[in-house]
Amino acid sequence: MMNVNRFVVFSKSVKLTKRLLVCHVRPAGKQELHVQQQRSIKTHSRNLAYAKDLFLGQVNKAEVFPYPEIGNEEVDELNQLVAPVERFFSEEVDSAKIDREARIPPETLNGLKELGLFGIMVPEEYGGLGLSNTMYARLAEITSLDGSIAVTLAAHQAIGLKGILIAGNEAQKEKYLPKLASGEHIAAFCLTEPGSGSDAASIQTRATLSEDGTHYLINGSKFWISNGNMADVMTVFARTEVVVDGEKKDKITAFIVERAFGGVTNGKLEDKLGIRGSNTCEVNFDNVPVPVENVIGEVGGGFKVAMNILNSGRFSMGSSSAGMIKKLIEMTSEFAMTRKQFNKRLGEFGMIQEKFALMALNAFVMESMAYLTAGMMDRPGLPDCSLEAAMVKVFSSEGGWICVSEALQILGGLGYTKNYPYERFVRDCRILPIFEGTNEILRMYVALTGMQYAGKIITGKIKEMKKGNIGLALGMVGQKLRTSLGGSVDLGLTGKDGVVHPSLAESAKKLELNVSLFGSTVESLLYRFGKSIVDEQLMLKRVADVLINLYAMTAVLSRASRSISIGLRNHDHEVLLANTFCSEAFFKNNYWMTQLQKHAPENNDANIKKIAREVLENRAYVCSHPLERTY
Amino acid sequence: MSGRVLVGVKRVIDYAVKIRVKPDNSSVVTDGVKHSMNPFCEIAVEEAVKLKEKKLIKEVVAVSCGPQQAQETIRTALAMGADRGIHVEVSGKDYETLGPLQVSKIMAALAKKEEAQLVILGKQAIDDDCNQTGQMTAALLDWPQGTFASEVAFDGDKIKVVREIDGGLETIMISSPAVITADLRLNTPRYATLPNIMKAKKKKIANVKPADLGVDLTSRLEVLRVDEPPQREAGVKVETVDDLVSKLKDAGRL
Repeated sequence: MMNVNRFVVFSKSVKLTKRLLVCHVRPAGKQELHVQQQRSIKTHSRNLAYAKDLFLGQVNKAEVFPYPEIGNEEVDELNQLVAPVERFFSEEVDSAKIDREARIPPETLNGLKELGLFGIMVPEEYGGLGLSNTMYARLAEITSLDGSIAVTLAAHQAIGLKGILIAGNEAQKEKYLPKLASGEHIAAFCLTEPGSGSDAASIQTRATLSEDGTHYLINGSKFWISNGNMADVMTVFARTEVVVDGEKKDKITAFIVERAFGGVTNGKLEDKLGIRGSNTCEVNFDNVPVPVENVIGEVGGGFKVAMNILNSGRFSMGSSSAGMIKKLIEMTSEFAMTRKQFNKRLGEFGMIQEKFALMALNAFVMESMAYLTAGMMDRPGLPDCSLEAAMVKVFSSEGGWICVSEALQILGGLGYTKNYPYERFVRDCRILPIFEGTNEILRMYVALTGMQYAGKIITGKIKEMKKGNIGLALGMVGQKLRTSLGGSVDLGLTGKDGVVHPSLAESAKKLELNVSLFGSTVESLLYRFGKSIVDEQLMLKRVADVLINLYAMTAVLSRASRSISIGLRNHDHEVLLANTFCSEAFFKNNYWMTQLQKHAPENNDANIKKIAREVLENRAYVCSHPLERTY
Repeated sequence: MSGRVLVGVKRVIDYAVKIRVKPDNSSVVTDGVKHSMNPFCEIAVEEAVKLKEKKLIKEVVAVSCGPQQAQETIRTALAMGADRGIHVEVSGKDYETLGPLQVSKIMAALAKKEEAQLVILGKQAIDDDCNQTGQMTAALLDWPQGTFASEVAFDGDKIKVVREIDGGLETIMISSPAVITADLRLNTPRYATLPNIMKAKKKKIANVKPADLGVDLTSRLEVLRVDEPPQREAGVKVETVDDLVSKLKDAGRL
C-alpha cells in the first residue's frame, strides 16, 4: 500500500518538474505580480499560531515546545483558588435536584456569585479576578461537574460579556463590567436566530439608526439564548446599513443591549434533553432603543467581533471535559473493583479494562491540548489560536460523549437508572458537539483555513519559480524525491536539537512521518481541486480529523516531555499514555490520508454520496422490503 | 486589652481522603496526598473573624507550625478574614515528632509575645485526635480555658462559654486572657471566596523559628508502629444463649 502512495507522490513531483521547466522559459514575473504577491501575504497574516504550518508538512517547534508553564506563585494561587470551588461543588451543589427541577436554586447561584465565579477573566480593576486563560481552564475542570452551572457561567462570561472585554471601549467597560463581574447583572450572547444557526452571517435582526443619529432601534428574534430569561445585559448582533466606498451595504454590528432599555421579551423556557438547569429561550426585540455609544467595535464590524468572541471561549471545553472524565474514572473504578461476576472483579475483564484505558487516554489528551492552547493564548502578542481552540473543542466534545457512554456501560443496568448520575452526564454531554459551533462547521473551518494558508504559500512559491528562481524549484523537487524514495523524515523533534524526550522518540518519529505525509497530501489536494475543495466536505473532514490528531499528538508529546524532564510524579504512566495514543493516532492518520489519495480504493465517498442522494430524493428508505415478492 | 486574637491552624490530610499506611509501618502516606485545614481549626478561624466583625476584638492573627506548605493553610485563614499570619518553621525530623506539647509551648510563647487577649484553637486535629494542645497551652500560660465551646460570648471583661460535655451543655464564666477550643456546633465556617483569596495575597505572613521563641522541640514520645485497623470480619448468627457462650469460649473471649 505504502509503495503505491510513494509512487503517486513521486509521479506528482515529476509532473511538477515538467511544468516548471516549461514555465521558466517565459519572461520573469512582471512588477505588478510581485507587488500583488507581497500585499496578499500582508493581508493574510493573522499571526496564526502552530497548526497552520502542519499544512505545509512542517512542525513549528518553538510554538509548542516546551509545554507552557506557569510560575510557582501562580501554581500556589491556583491551588488556593481551586480548593473552595471544589468544596462548594461537592457540598452545596445538588446536581440531581437541578436536573429534576430544571433550574439552579437561587442560593446556589448566589454562592457562585460570592465565590467570584462570575468574573473570572474580568480585570481586577473592574471587580473581577483578572485570571489568565490557563487559570480559567483550571476552574472549568471543576465547574463542569454540573453541566447546567457550567453552561450558565460560560454563557455569561465566555461569550456573554466577552465582547465588552475584548472589543469594548473604556467607557463601556467601566459602565458594565463591575456589575457583570459580581454577578449582579447576568450576561447573554444573542446571535442565533430561527433561520440562522451555523450560517451566522445570514441573520435578519435589524438595527436602524434614528433620525437624530443618537440611537438605533433593534427589531428581531433571537433563538437558543442561554441565560435568555435572566440576562440584564446582552450582546446582540443585528444588520445595519453602512456605506462602503459609496455603496450602501448591510453589515452586522454588535450592540450592548440592556433589558432595561425596554422592548425586550422572552419566549418560554425550552424543555431540553440535558443541561436542564440552564435557561434557554427565545428573546424578542421590539423597537428596542440602543444608544450609539453601545456599539461594540465598529459599525459593520460585528461579524468579526462575534467570531473572535466564539474563538476565544472554545478551548476551555478541553479542560471541562477532562475534569468530568477524571471524576467518572473515580466513580466507575470504585464499582469495577468491587463488583464481581463469574467470581472475578469486573476490572479483571479485558473489555472493561479497555473502557478505563479509553477514559484515561481521552482525559490525558484533552488536558494536554487544552492547557497547551491556553498557554499559547496567554502569550504576549495576542496570537490567533482559533484553529487550535476549534480542534480542542471537536476532540473534547466527541471524546467526552464516547467516554460518558462507556462509563454508563460499565455500570450496566444501574447506569441506566436515575439512581446514578451517569445518565445525567450522558444527557448533559450530548450538547457538546452541537453548540459553540457544530463540529461539522468547525471541521470545515479548520480544514479550509489551513488549506487557504497552504495554498497562498504554495502559490507564492510557484510565482517565485515562474520568475526564474531555479534554486527554489530544485530545492522543492529534491526534497520530494528524497522523501518519496524512502529517505527518512527529520523535522527536528528528536536528535541533537530535539525537543522531545528520548523515551518518546518513537512516537515523535511517528508524528514527523504523519506531518510530512500530511503536507504532501494537502498539496496534492490543492492541485487536484483548487478552489472547488470547498465543496468536498468528506475530503475536508478527513483533513480536519488528521489535523486534530496531529495537534493532539503534539500536545501529549510536549506535555509528557516536560513531565519527564522535571520529574513529575507518575511520569512513567504519562509516557505510556502518550505512546499508546500516538501509536493509535498514527495508524488512523495513515488510513485517512490513504483515503485522500486520488482513486484510492479505500475511499467510498462516491458511493456514500450516491446513497444519500437516492435516499433524500425518496424522502425515505429506498429499498423494497425483504419480504416483498415481484408477482 | 490588646484586642488581639491568636488562632492556631493545622495542616492535615483532607477528611475525604482514604488513608493508607506506609509499607514500613512507620507512619501514614502523606506524599502527594490532598491536605487542607483541620475542620475544627476552620471553625476556630470563623469564630475569631466573627468576633472581629462584631467589633469585639481588633486583630486576628493566624498561626501554623510546620514546613513550607503550612503557609497554604495560613493563606486560607487569611482568605477567611484573618489579618496577618505567623508561620513557625518546623521541618524534617522535628516535624515528624511535633506534637501537642511542642505546639502548646510555641503557642504560649507567641501569646505572650503578641500580647494576645484570646487564643482560639480547634478542639482536636483529625489526624492525631489528641485533644491536648488547647489544654496544655492554657496550663503553660496559667490562663483559664473554655474547651469544647459551642457558644462564646463576651460579658464585660469576662467570657461566657457554653461547653459540650458528655452530660449535655455546661456554661462557665472565665476571665480573659483565656484559651478557647472550638467544637463542631460553634459556627459554620464561611467559604474562602476567590476575591478574598486574591485580597489575602497582600496580607503578611511572618516567619519565625522555634529557637527564636526559646522553645525546645524534643519529643518525649516515640512512635513504634502504625497499623491499619483490622479488616471487619463477617458476623455469625446463633440460635440460643448456650450456643453463644460456647462460641465465645471457642474464640477465646470467655
